[in-house]
Amino acid sequence: MLKLDNINAYYGDLQALWGVSLQVNEGELVALVGPNGAGKTTTLRVITGLLKHPSGSVTFESNDLSKETVHKIVELGISQVPEGGRIFSGMSVLENLELGAFVPKARKGKEQSLKRVFEIFPRLEERQNQQAGTLSGGERQMLAIGRALMSKPKLLLLDEPSFGLAPILVQQMFLMIEEINKHGVTVLLVEQNVRMALESAHRSYVIENGRIVGQGSGDDLLSFESIRSAYLG
Amino acid sequence: MELYILEAIPQNLVFGILVGALYGLAALGLSLVFGVTKFLNVAHGELLMIGGYATFWIFSLWGIGPFLSLPLNILILSLIGLVLYKLLFVRMVKLDEESKIKNTMLVGFGLSLILQNLAVFLWTADDRGITTAYSSEVLKFLGIRFPLVRLASFAVAFICLIALNIFLRKTFTGKAIRATVEDWEAASLMGIDIHKVYLFSFVLGAALAGIAGALVSITFSVNPFMGMHWTLKALVVMVLGGLGSFTGTFVGGILLGATESVTSLVIGGNYREVVGLVLFLLVLIFRPQGLLGSKQR
Repeated sequence: MLKLDNINAYYGDLQALWGVSLQVNEGELVALVGPNGAGKTTTLRVITGLLKHPSGSVTFESNDLSKETVHKIVELGISQVPEGGRIFSGMSVLENLELGAFVPKARKGKEQSLKRVFEIFPRLEERQNQQAGTLSGGERQMLAIGRALMSKPKLLLLDEPSFGLAPILVQQMFLMIEEINKHGVTVLLVEQNVRMALESAHRSYVIENGRIVGQGSGDDLLSFESIRSAYLG
Repeated sequence: MELYILEAIPQNLVFGILVGALYGLAALGLSLVFGVTKFLNVAHGELLMIGGYATFWIFSLWGIGPFLSLPLNILILSLIGLVLYKLLFVRMVKLDEESKIKNTMLVGFGLSLILQNLAVFLWTADDRGITTAYSSEVLKFLGIRFPLVRLASFAVAFICLIALNIFLRKTFTGKAIRATVEDWEAASLMGIDIHKVYLFSFVLGAALAGIAGALVSITFSVNPFMGMHWTLKALVVMVLGGLGSFTGTFVGGILLGATESVTSLVIGGNYREVVGLVLFLLVLIFRPQGLLGSKQR
């Protein structure tokens, strides 16, 4: 479904990704884990077109994404939950969700998508008229995910969904992500919470210093000595 | 204080408020463009000047009244806004925020010089005003005079504010604009075409300048060099009212107008600009987010 092939990406003169290749198949929940500054978010920015890359190819269902603009890529069916959620805090919860259905394809089925999001996150329905800036950390993250689902994505990119959440909420968050995935949305998950991510995902990639250094099933990676010592203590 | 001054205060307050609405309207367009695109278009006043001339010529050549010709005025300024954006401002979209502000200021200054001189070349440096059949009509209420033209200008400016607020709150395009103001990157991840939002906001800003210019041409007069005065007023009002709140901008305009008017009466006309700037500094010191602006911005 999504294929990154030998990507090099730069911030100005600084090279952030070195020959990154990875693949996500339809229906999968794939995790990309690694330490802070390893290139996880950069990889997502390359996929969504926010960061243009000078070499390598990104293909999504036979579309070459390197030639597409950010909003076109969303229309193709890729939706990203950016790090920290980045909800529109000056707008109401409902307005945030409506904006999630901005692309013409999603706008038609807006009411239906809204119902579905409220089923997954009943809390958002209770707070729909509240200003998004007044939500708690967990609710903001729910809103960010709900907003991303409103565009009816085929592929959902999640950037650190557990960031800043209380431990009990982290567990819930991962259960919700698994639930969303079971309902037919392919998920690429970027996480620093390595153990949780590896346990949830079907397959995982490990990224360090802008290079993919390992891949496999969660169990394989969890038993990897270097990963155990580096991330799990 | 002398009694006659005390008696004149209410009248001056009313005049100040009516003029302040024009400050507010001038600032509305500037603030909208700055909020969305982070373009600081210092040639905004020149767009206002062109709007004023458009109204003047439509009236002089075809006899169409200044209020009736507003739709045509909006159309003309929208087209000019479109051309300026496509020709100049689109080149600065990709810059980071700080260089965007600096570069658009430079381009704006250049543009304002060109437009001023073009206006002198085409229409001479004379002051031009519009006198209609109803220009001297005055309504009286509680002993205070309300010139009809200024009252109508206030109403038009107020309607523009309401219409802009409704547009931003109720329509999908309006919500996309607000989302872009808050976080353009997150907005683009919603599938919003940021470039379209930029273009649209710039054109809308030019149209608002056109309306403001039309109202200025009836209330005062127009000349090729009026632009900078209005740009400065709009800048002060924009900061006064607070970014992100157009109602705040409008209230800021009225506050500035009223303060200027009353101080020029009480202290003397020479100090009116100073008092406006003192007000500006006080707001910056005690309420840096502006009167009605939100804290986060």
